[in-house]
Amino acid sequence: MQHIVAFPILFPLFSALLLLLPPCGKNIKVRRIASVSFSIIALAINLSLLVQVCNLGTLTYAIGNWQAPFGIVLHADLFAVTLTSLAAFLTLCCVLFSCAGDDARGSFFHPLVQFLLMGVSGAFLTGDLFNLFVFFEVLLIASYSLLMHAADKHNTRGALHYVILNLVGSAVFLIALGTIYGVIGSLNIQDVAVRITQLADDDIYLAMIGGSLLLIVFALKAALLPLHMWLPNTYSNAMPVVAALFAIMTKVGIYSIIRVYNSIFSADSGPLGAMGQNILWYAALATIVVGTMGVLASKDMRKLVANLIVVSAGTLIALASMQQMQATAAAIYYLIHSTLVCAALFLCVDLIASQRGKVADRITTGRPVKQGLLIGLVFFVSALAVVGMPPLSGFIGKIWILKATYQQGEYALFWPVYLVSSLLLLVGVTRAGSIVFWQNTPTDADKMDVKPAHRAKIYAVYILAAVSPLMVIFAKPISDFCLQAAMQIHPVTTVAPLTGGL
Amino acid sequence: MELLYSVCVGVLVSCGVFLILRARSFPIVLGLTMLSYAVNLFLFASGRLTINKAAILSANDQYADPLPQALVLTAIVIGFAMTAFSVILSIRARADLGNDYVNQQTNNKIGVKK
Repeated sequence: MQHIVAFPILFPLFSALLLLLPPCGKNIKVRRIASVSFSIIALAINLSLLVQVCNLGTLTYAIGNWQAPFGIVLHADLFAVTLTSLAAFLTLCCVLFSCAGDDARGSFFHPLVQFLLMGVSGAFLTGDLFNLFVFFEVLLIASYSLLMHAADKHNTRGALHYVILNLVGSAVFLIALGTIYGVIGSLNIQDVAVRITQLADDDIYLAMIGGSLLLIVFALKAALLPLHMWLPNTYSNAMPVVAALFAIMTKVGIYSIIRVYNSIFSADSGPLGAMGQNILWYAALATIVVGTMGVLASKDMRKLVANLIVVSAGTLIALASMQQMQATAAAIYYLIHSTLVCAALFLCVDLIASQRGKVADRITTGRPVKQGLLIGLVFFVSALAVVGMPPLSGFIGKIWILKATYQQGEYALFWPVYLVSSLLLLVGVTRAGSIVFWQNTPTDADKMDVKPAHRAKIYAVYILAAVSPLMVIFAKPISDFCLQAAMQIHPVTTVAPLTGGL
Repeated sequence: MELLYSVCVGVLVSCGVFLILRARSFPIVLGLTMLSYAVNLFLFASGRLTINKAAILSANDQYADPLPQALVLTAIVIGFAMTAFSVILSIRARADLGNDYVNQQTNNKIGVKK
């Protein structure tokens, strides 16, 4: 079954098309059942690909059997397939959550989600820079439409900002690709990595321009300072279930940085080795600081969670910029954890907002959450996990990150920034949680009209939040797995201190 | 030829950037279109500019690089879809917000003469 490598991309494509056709297109019940079952099958396909990659090592699939430098290849290594599985799992949970009624508030929710999954999986699997651009566009156009799903007047401006910013980003991406192709003569990532070492004279500077532009585009997608401004507004404008899905989208940018900067601009790739490392490192630290301030300043829960995503993006890029095996392994562990926990928090915020009447998700005194215990428990677990308190997965991720930076000798700057930001995050999240759940003005009258949350919503949130304790219980095999995946990205262990150019 | 070509790309990019910075949705759509034209021309030039050469491998080794042409085709199709979407979104924003300003409006409207 060599073709299974292409299935994580092809299957969502066909399921999206099927969801548009009758009988799924006509009947909402059929559509929901079909969508959930397609998502389960997509997850199963991804997991079986993961098993294959574990057993056989990295799989390379030439689309249409056109061989590597001429055709487009899909490159399925452990890291890529882990992330496609993560995306499929997140999609399943969000689809399940939306079946409680959010999907019927606009049109084409389920097909768009499948198109988004297709774009995300494609971006993770592809081994070709131009193909990466194409899949970025696939996931972006799906995300534009999802952002406007069930949107009212107030959301339009946020959506417009997001669309314009990303269209400019796409233009810059294409210019970067044109420059790289013009100077190197190839767009296959592995081929570029080989050829970039043979450049001489002025070509080096051209390649540097191309690489820097590429870095800017990825930083925009990953919400790195100063290109992170769009994220809090966009995510808090979207419906929470859509925002939860978007939690994987910043990770696409981070994945691209890890992939491209560890193969094309790795420490031993000649004159351009470790390009832009210093800039990434300091920008990542600044992102952590600004994200933390955003969390403290947030007036509603959605903004708060969106800023938590900014902090996690900063942490991940700091790890990526070190270009070290331990750091990448820690980044993979932290990436899985932070995606799922942030998604759980977004869904949790939706439940809170729907049960507090007019106050919705604003962090002020209001009427109590009706199912306080049920929702409070999941919020408590996710909040502790996202801040990194023991005994949840955030804590293990945090220890690993601290250890990786210690081994690199980068702790003098990173540790204070990271630890103080964690403390402030704890303060911010605890404050929000205690105000929302405990500081209430209960009146008997308004308790009546709130319906308890739909079962599908509760299941989806609990499944997502349960991953964090599971990642602690199975910490040993998961961390071994992350190390293995990181070893495939860094085939030779090279010592790369932060002496990068630029 | 190279000079004329690069001047064209440069002028298109600067017009595009200028229009995008106008911060009103219809100039922005126009600016994005111009920017994508410039990008397409730039991509096309990345295979080097040549005259009288076919874009296919033939018996003699005189051929133009076919890959940038394929890239440009893809970029045009994607750019077209994106432009269509941004036009629709701009119309929706015009209807929803009552004006075509992209930025948050305060009381003193920027660029509006009394």
